[in-house]
Amino acid sequence: MNKISIIIKREYFSRVKNRRFLLTTILTPLLFVVFIAGATILSLKGKDNHKIAVIDQNGFFKGNLKNANDINFEFPEGVDTLNYLSKGYTDILIIPKFEGTEKVNYILRSKKRIGIGTEDLISNRINQAIEDKMLQDAGINRSQLDSIKEKSKFAELKALEEKGETVQESSAGLSYGIGFGSGMLIYLTMFIYGAMVMRGVMEEKTNRIAEVMVSSVKPFELMLGKIIGIGAVGLTQFFMWILLIFGLMTAAQLFISPEVMSQVNTLQQYNGQIPTGGMVKAGEAAQKIYAIKHTVSMANWPVIIGCFIFYFIGGYLFYASLFAAVGSVVNEDPQDAQSLMFPITMPIIFSFIIMSNAVQDPNTGIATWASIIPFSSPMVMMARIAYGVPGTVSYWQLAASMISLIGGFLLTTWLSGKIYRTGILMYGKKVTWKEMGKWAFRRG
Amino acid sequence: MSSILQLNHLKKHYATQKAVDDISFSIEKGSIFGLLGPNGAGKTTLLRMITGIFFPDSGDIIFDGKPYNALEDVTKIGYMPEERGLYKKMKIGEQALYLAQLKGLSKVEAMEKIKFWFKRLEMESWWNKKVEDLSKGMSQKLQFVTTVLHEPKLIILDEPFSGLDPLNANLIKDEIFGLAQRGATVIFSTHRMEQVEEICDHIVLVNLGKKILDGSVTEVKQQFKENKFSIRVKEVPAHITSDAFEVVEQKNHELIVKINEGKGSNDVLQYFIRQTSIESFNEILPSLNEIFIDLVEGTAATTRAFQTVSN
Repeated sequence: MNKISIIIKREYFSRVKNRRFLLTTILTPLLFVVFIAGATILSLKGKDNHKIAVIDQNGFFKGNLKNANDINFEFPEGVDTLNYLSKGYTDILIIPKFEGTEKVNYILRSKKRIGIGTEDLISNRINQAIEDKMLQDAGINRSQLDSIKEKSKFAELKALEEKGETVQESSAGLSYGIGFGSGMLIYLTMFIYGAMVMRGVMEEKTNRIAEVMVSSVKPFELMLGKIIGIGAVGLTQFFMWILLIFGLMTAAQLFISPEVMSQVNTLQQYNGQIPTGGMVKAGEAAQKIYAIKHTVSMANWPVIIGCFIFYFIGGYLFYASLFAAVGSVVNEDPQDAQSLMFPITMPIIFSFIIMSNAVQDPNTGIATWASIIPFSSPMVMMARIAYGVPGTVSYWQLAASMISLIGGFLLTTWLSGKIYRTGILMYGKKVTWKEMGKWAFRRG
Repeated sequence: MSSILQLNHLKKHYATQKAVDDISFSIEKGSIFGLLGPNGAGKTTLLRMITGIFFPDSGDIIFDGKPYNALEDVTKIGYMPEERGLYKKMKIGEQALYLAQLKGLSKVEAMEKIKFWFKRLEMESWWNKKVEDLSKGMSQKLQFVTTVLHEPKLIILDEPFSGLDPLNANLIKDEIFGLAQRGATVIFSTHRMEQVEEICDHIVLVNLGKKILDGSVTEVKQQFKENKFSIRVKEVPAHITSDAFEVVEQKNHELIVKINEGKGSNDVLQYFIRQTSIESFNEILPSLNEIFIDLVEGTAATTRAFQTVSN
């Protein structure tokens, strides 16, 4: 036991003390932010503006067809399909005369193919214009129509979930976000830290330190020490990220004026309703902050965080020992590692696919089973847990999943230990899967 | 003298070959023991069993009077494998400390001993260097220090001098003698026979997984002597004919003679004394190198890797 702790310490500190560790820990979230911001900017800039010349045979679209951000409808005279480009329009929209409600095609011609979003938007706008026109024909005038549209946005969906005697508010969007986010994180960490374990084992083998080490400690202790040490590095990195996020959020709150914050507090006190006759009126910013805070508070955070830590550690342990086994049989050739890693990466990628479905539909049979089988349970169960325990995931499912994951990693660690023990001292020979199987199931 | 290590009928078979096939010998406390054999003879497997890395398929190992217990006894053994290695990115001081702690030393004890050895081998200035910055010889020295740091009773050195310049090789050699004098037993595995002759008290030669020779260096040499003598005379007689010996080789005034069965060196001397004056006369003992080549050559040692098991 004492030796394992010495190994863990070395594996941990040699990585954490490394300057690269600090750099990646700080830079990764920043990189994410930059990446997301970059993508947003690109997608905003990437939208090309459409200046559409409309040729309307009905005569009512002018005034009813509303412009969108990057789409301008114009109704010029003397423009046709031959000259719209030379007159500075990007597209031309030809709306034929409607005959009652008979099916009619309107035509959009452009030089560049238009995107699916733009296409939807244009067809929406036209349908809306037709709807407006019909309502106007039915006797409602323009200003009435506008005021109805404005006022009708007062109702909001509040989904409630049965919780024994009481009901609790739930949010599918939030569950989706949490489920996908945590599943994604587990997916990434399995790869990142699993590969780290593999590289560490390969380093020991190619540097020929393995034999020196194995003459002082049992191979199993060496493997376990490495796995636990690197796992601890992963947890440290996580906690640093969480601290970083909280730090940034607190810093962000400082930029919100105290007036808005006090409004948010009042909103929280009265459950989203400003008491009538009160002095304070909630501004738009306060409403938004309250909405975010309110949504976030709907999730059962203690369960989610607890389960996340469990599945993070369990999933890591399950796969890390397999990565260690692969590292131990690789000779100097890194291409070997690629092909040997394949059977391990396959179930991880497969689990990711199941997870991205489970997060949309957490109650399907495949999602339920995949959340119990230890190969895929860390990711898939996190996707389902976000939808609520014991609502979506029953207690017995959670228990079965956790127990089988613990059993699973004990099994993989035990089998990998046996492969590792033989593989780490084996040089020069290319090891086949059959041989690895033999080592794993050999007695003693 | 009592033996520190005794191997009884050790066997270890791999899927494709019998790496160690029924080997027994014992090693005396405080001796320097040479384990010899061609490549692939089974030396490394044998050493790995002694160091507890492998378990023998059958047979037993008695270490220091008790059945060998890999868990407890690893702290009493220092092993420097032929394939040696260190963590490249680790600092030298930290590395020595780490390996010493794994051998069961406390941090304080380990520091004390590392300082002692670093000073002794003039390595103090290396402390904060990384292993990747060391030359091959330097890392060899570090490896030696980490092997003997915890004062093991049994030190196993697999080709300890490879990669060392003569100066450093002598330094290490002196340390090996010193360790043996202080009571440690050294197992020395190599195929450099001149080093064995110089250092070892006792040798065992293995080939194809079997022990083919066991004895002290002088015993072995006596066993394999061919009754050859070199004699230097003032003037070589024109015709040498004697029933006591045959001339094997002649070079200027020096003759190498092989004494026939039933005759002795006096017969040779008498023959020459009558004809000329003798300047020197001494026995030629075979070198271990010759014995080694003699015993190993012609066996299947070179093709062993492809031999199939037939049992």
